[in-house]
Amino acid sequence: MTDLTRLSAADLADRLTRRESTSVEATQAHLDRIAAVDDKVKAFLHVSSEAALATAREIDARRAAGEELHPLAGVPIAVKDVVVTKGMPTTAGSKILEGWVPPYDATLVERIKAAGLPILGKTNMDEFAMGSSTEHSAYGNTHNPWDLDRIPGGSGGGSAAAVAAFEAPLAIGTDTGGSIRQPGAVTGTVGVKPTYGSVSRYGLIAMASSLDQAGPVTRTVLDSALLHELIGGPDHRDSTSIPKALPSLVAAARQGATGNLEGLRVGVVTELHGEGYQAGVIARFEESLALLEKAGAEIVEVSCPHFPYALDAYYLIMPAEASSNLAKFDGMRFGLRVEPEDGPVTAERVMAATRGQGFGDEVKRRIILGTYALSAGYYDAYYGSAQKVRTLIQRDFAAAFTETDVLVSPTAPTTAFKLGEKLDDPLAMYLNDVATIPANLAGVPGISVPNGLSDDGLPTGFQILAPARADDRLYRVGAALEHLLEAQWGAPLLASAPELSPPGSPRSAAGTSGDTEA
Amino acid sequence: MSTISRDEVARVAALARIDLRPEEVDRLAGELDVIVESIAKVNTVATPDVPATSHPLPMTNVFREDVPEPALPVEDVLAGAPDSEDGKFVVPQILGEE
Amino acid sequence: MNSNALVPYEDAVKRYDPVIGIEVHVELGTRTKMFCPAEVAFGGDPNSHTTPVSLGLPGTLPVVNGKAVEYAIRIGLALNCQIAETCRFARKNYFYPDVPKNFQTSQYDEPIAFDGWIDVELEDGTVFRVEIERAHMEEDAGKNTHVGGSSGRIHGAEYSLVDYNRAGIPLIEIVTRPIEGVGDRAPEVARAYVQTLRDIFRALEVSEARMERGNVRADVNISLRPTPQDPLGTRSETKNVNSFRSVERAVRFEISRQAAILDAGDAVVQETRHFHEDTGTTSPGRVKSDAEDYRYFPEPDLVPIAPSHQWVEEIRATLPELPAARRRRLLGEWGFADAEMRDVVNAGALDLIEATVAAGATPAAARKWWMGELARRAKQAEITLDEVAITPAQIAELQRLVDAGRINDKLARQVLEGVMAGEGGPEAVVVARGLEIVSDDGALLEAIDATLAAQPDIVEKVRGGNMGPIGAIIGAVMKATQGQADAKRVRELVLERLG
Repeated sequence: MTDLTRLSAADLADRLTRRESTSVEATQAHLDRIAAVDDKVKAFLHVSSEAALATAREIDARRAAGEELHPLAGVPIAVKDVVVTKGMPTTAGSKILEGWVPPYDATLVERIKAAGLPILGKTNMDEFAMGSSTEHSAYGNTHNPWDLDRIPGGSGGGSAAAVAAFEAPLAIGTDTGGSIRQPGAVTGTVGVKPTYGSVSRYGLIAMASSLDQAGPVTRTVLDSALLHELIGGPDHRDSTSIPKALPSLVAAARQGATGNLEGLRVGVVTELHGEGYQAGVIARFEESLALLEKAGAEIVEVSCPHFPYALDAYYLIMPAEASSNLAKFDGMRFGLRVEPEDGPVTAERVMAATRGQGFGDEVKRRIILGTYALSAGYYDAYYGSAQKVRTLIQRDFAAAFTETDVLVSPTAPTTAFKLGEKLDDPLAMYLNDVATIPANLAGVPGISVPNGLSDDGLPTGFQILAPARADDRLYRVGAALEHLLEAQWGAPLLASAPELSPPGSPRSAAGTSGDTEA
Repeated sequence: MSTISRDEVARVAALARIDLRPEEVDRLAGELDVIVESIAKVNTVATPDVPATSHPLPMTNVFREDVPEPALPVEDVLAGAPDSEDGKFVVPQILGEE
Repeated sequence: MNSNALVPYEDAVKRYDPVIGIEVHVELGTRTKMFCPAEVAFGGDPNSHTTPVSLGLPGTLPVVNGKAVEYAIRIGLALNCQIAETCRFARKNYFYPDVPKNFQTSQYDEPIAFDGWIDVELEDGTVFRVEIERAHMEEDAGKNTHVGGSSGRIHGAEYSLVDYNRAGIPLIEIVTRPIEGVGDRAPEVARAYVQTLRDIFRALEVSEARMERGNVRADVNISLRPTPQDPLGTRSETKNVNSFRSVERAVRFEISRQAAILDAGDAVVQETRHFHEDTGTTSPGRVKSDAEDYRYFPEPDLVPIAPSHQWVEEIRATLPELPAARRRRLLGEWGFADAEMRDVVNAGALDLIEATVAAGATPAAARKWWMGELARRAKQAEITLDEVAITPAQIAELQRLVDAGRINDKLARQVLEGVMAGEGGPEAVVVARGLEIVSDDGALLEAIDATLAAQPDIVEKVRGGNMGPIGAIIGAVMKATQGQADAKRVRELVLERLG
């Protein structure tokens, strides 16, 4: 009996197309899995079983009637709770939006619904996407399926953990400074930050408007390509949306999976490895480089001399934009409203009380920092300067890409640290994103591909970056690396992840229905 | 660059309409000071000859036709409202502004 | 010192040099809002013209209304501005319940139009050139209604009701440079400037531009200094100025008020003040504290606007003849004296006279009617000239009847009354009321003979050489014919009859 939850999305899609399983079976299998393990993983903030099964039933009926459907139709998906879903609660991981049910769908959700993917629910995240560990969620921690005492990465730890724990074959994340890629690295999953503007931001609760981008979270590179093609493309409701169609990503992934990288020039960014990177992370990185070289790639070292300033620029630009984007959460029109206990109940005081209680510490920290950076007399020194660093980083990328086709680095400097380990040291927490942030500042696309386990037994990730709008290169190189690694390992990395459901509880199988215990 | 004092944090918190408890103000002053010092080093490379980039993409002139689309139904508009009356949002009294 | 002290206006402007600055906001008459496709419609249920974008819901994004940009450029060109080669939107951050995002998407240091000017003509013909610093695009806020408290003013309200129908409607803000050298004409200049802008907006068809509807809003800045050589004084900003007359009154009042403060040796407070229609006075409004730190930064959700040279020229080619140019042209065509033309403009008769001329009347005749009889009637009925119940075409027709000799001026007034009473057009009224001049000599002779027969002694006198009583005979004949005789002809016939 096939465990439908262990299949990749592409394989599951094939089974559904060949009518070897139904979408209802697949959806139910994942709902059962969620019921079995999510009390440990805590990836989900909201599970929408009824709506998901209803979609599954509809897809099954249409397929049975002979209708031609989207390749991914009927494959269940989880959505990070920063994405607005009509009729389904959306909290952005914050108390200030507790109970808010949006009256509209994000564009990417419209596309998912139009293609017929059942939405399993909304996944946990650092509050308003601010964080690298999901520990700043107002609704509790998410736990890394590899080691439940460890962080799943952030801000999109819920989506990555859900996929790593086989609770969903596909998930949506968002990446502003690494929030898709870094969780991918620490959970052994694939995560992609598309070229800025290639996936619509309409319906993404904004953190930093010039940096945010939604993207796929999956277990395989091909799955990410399939999902990326579904959600991407021009959107007239997003002024920053690129009007041109995406290059063919699925074709690039399939081509890459042949493992031939003859002629590819790969640049190793000097500034993105070395001090601060764990030995095991570096070791796996260099082994991956060797594999690429064996497959025909030419490896060169390139310097991007302004990358060391990227973190600083990011922590000026992002809080500044976020401080403005989060101003709308004030208790007047939606969400939490808190009235001050003593003194006059005025709009101003209600706003301040609501935001004081409704926002968590990290959010307050960044709003205050951002407000400061924009305030009169400080703009030029902080925000204005940071935007100049952005120019320098774009130039570094442009120069590097004249000599290379892709740039590579370890995705994150460390493996998953323990829950609580970095909570008291915001700066230490910010350093998790040092390798991922440059791509957001420049708008270029990046992918993290699991490339092994470190000496502590925890997953590491290999980051590939490409020029803006050349997302296909990510998929070609990523698929190649994945193919070569899995040939070495004999199985996907996640096959060696610990089993989460207690021994003796039935794992869902195609064609059975029945009770599953948590 | 200037360090962020307790008073400064309090001023900025008021600007951002966030009530902070006294211990939060203290903690934030310390944390922000460290952060601000470290990020001040962007100024060493952000020289006058470098232009600022506010958008990763060089696009211009993205416009929409002046054609109406259906409005959000009033029930949906007010559905999430903490308080409403006669089709309008009820907000607490507003002092001192026009 | 007494904060209500005032120096009489004439005295104040003798001893102080006023400098004014005016900010005008105009609501554009586009079909949809500035950044979202919600319909711009007046009236309608509260919150029935919003989309998630103009409500500022989480996750929403703005998209620029191309028509609004076109209108902005039209306005900029009409104000002799330079149009920016590239410009951006910026966020103006401040918290207020009628601002859904708690920031307004506006333009800061990159307005779409800048460095322009407009000539403003006062009632006596004096012309001032007002320099325009900038015109930029932004969005309107929603509307607060205060509940509880007294008289609808803000203080003392218990809560507020917010309607976002207006939120997001496109606005253009036009800011003047400091207007100097106006002396005691400052109030008139301010008023005339706002009126001139209003006329331009209407001519451009970018807005209905009705101040009483809030389509056009003016904020007036005034400062005083001892002499024009001194540096600019501290200014006050006065809002809630809802009519042209209020603009003038607000400036007058502020000059009087500030002069009193300066006379006492005190400093004028830089503040926002509120104009009161009923008393013609201003009072302090909100205290500007943190409201001034708007933390402007370029709007990251929008891309820059770079109007191509070709587009701007296309728009320039569609500009209509602007009011000032039109007035000059008509002045030349009509041949009025400058003072006459000014009176016409000030009375609001320009369009009416133009239409009457187009319908066939001479300019002089058109002016005679609109500035004479009709102006009198309008004043009596306390209505504006364009509200009188007769059309330019009808006036032209009326004049044609006079020119054709079918009625005289006196009869024409009766015809006018009939038309205005709704009895029909001039021709119809003439017929229905039988007001046509009697041109038939036979009928006239009958009346003459009857009159002469009734007044034999006068006949004697005239035959005896005394011409005096002729007038009485003519008068009697006119009376007998209800004034519908040509007096000249009557006289001729009477003389014939008498020999």
